[in-house]
Amino acid sequence: MHHALTLILLAQLAGETLSRLLALPVPGPVVGMALMLAAMTASPRIAGVVRPVGEGILRHISLLFVPAAVGVVGHLDRLGTDGGPVLAALIVSTALAIAVGALVFVWVQKLVGDPDA
Amino acid sequence: MHDFAEIWSYLAEGPLLWLTATLVAYVIGDAAAKAAGGTPLVNPVLVAVILLAGVLWASGTPYPVYLEGAQFVHFMLGPVTVALAVPLHANLGQLRRAALPALAALIAGSLTAVVSALGVALAFGVDFATLAALAPKSATAPVAIGISETLGGSPTLTAVLVILTGLIGAVVATPLLNALGIRDWRARGFAVGVAAHGIGTARALQVNERAGAFAGIGMALNAVLTALLAPWALAVMAGQ
Repeated sequence: MHHALTLILLAQLAGETLSRLLALPVPGPVVGMALMLAAMTASPRIAGVVRPVGEGILRHISLLFVPAAVGVVGHLDRLGTDGGPVLAALIVSTALAIAVGALVFVWVQKLVGDPDA
Repeated sequence: MHDFAEIWSYLAEGPLLWLTATLVAYVIGDAAAKAAGGTPLVNPVLVAVILLAGVLWASGTPYPVYLEGAQFVHFMLGPVTVALAVPLHANLGQLRRAALPALAALIAGSLTAVVSALGVALAFGVDFATLAALAPKSATAPVAIGISETLGGSPTLTAVLVILTGLIGAVVATPLLNALGIRDWRARGFAVGVAAHGIGTARALQVNERAGAFAGIGMALNAVLTALLAPWALAVMAGQ
């Protein structure tokens, strides 16, 4: 367990460092995820150590958004007079993006003939 | 014997009180979601946030004081992003074979998110600073805030819009995708990750492991694509 946590934090630290060093448009933890994926692919031993702990952490990923989301409540007045239009824009665009993304995925997959479909 | 006010002011200073409150609120939210039979409307995050906002308001606790206590939970956002490598690793073969559909869905989903959000807001005459905060809202929070700042948007407003987008995505995804008759977990997860970043990914993981893996990669890829698309769309559509 402590080995897995150490590896995860090391990947994040390396990711943060790389992201800043190379001025990447991607945040450090996302770079860390790519590094961890590379490490797990290169070494079955690392994959075996990280897998159970990673799965455990991910099971409660929703919990981690709670503190930031509580902050949103205090700033709802920031939407001001634009509140209605902005909320409409968020709902319409999020629903449309999900629908279009999923439909295009299925459509292109049929086009190229996907073995997993 | 201390009186209650004294104990309260002692506890309110340390992280124990608000860390515990966050976990208790989440446990209640999780139980409520299970009791509601997994309806997306009773989202554990939504329930926990409403409970905590009520407690903060009733106790007169400012948000920074709460966040100081809850920052252990908040800190885990980074390691959890790294841990998304686990479902990715498990589904790597599938992902490689679905590279073309994923790439097409990424471009289509990301473009739809940015252009339709700006389109609706422009139709209502929303001002430019708000548009700048709105354009990158489907990207994960740290990326969206960075993009919005370079365009002249407020970081706080951007954070608000990003989280609202995630919650909306988590609530609408299941009924919407069922109505469209899309059964492929890869397509469902990927589209939700692109449109609704980490909160959408959390919802996808809750529903199906493979959907969660594809949501994670959708979120990561859209973080990069939004950085390229949002400034361009804002310049073309709002003309500044």
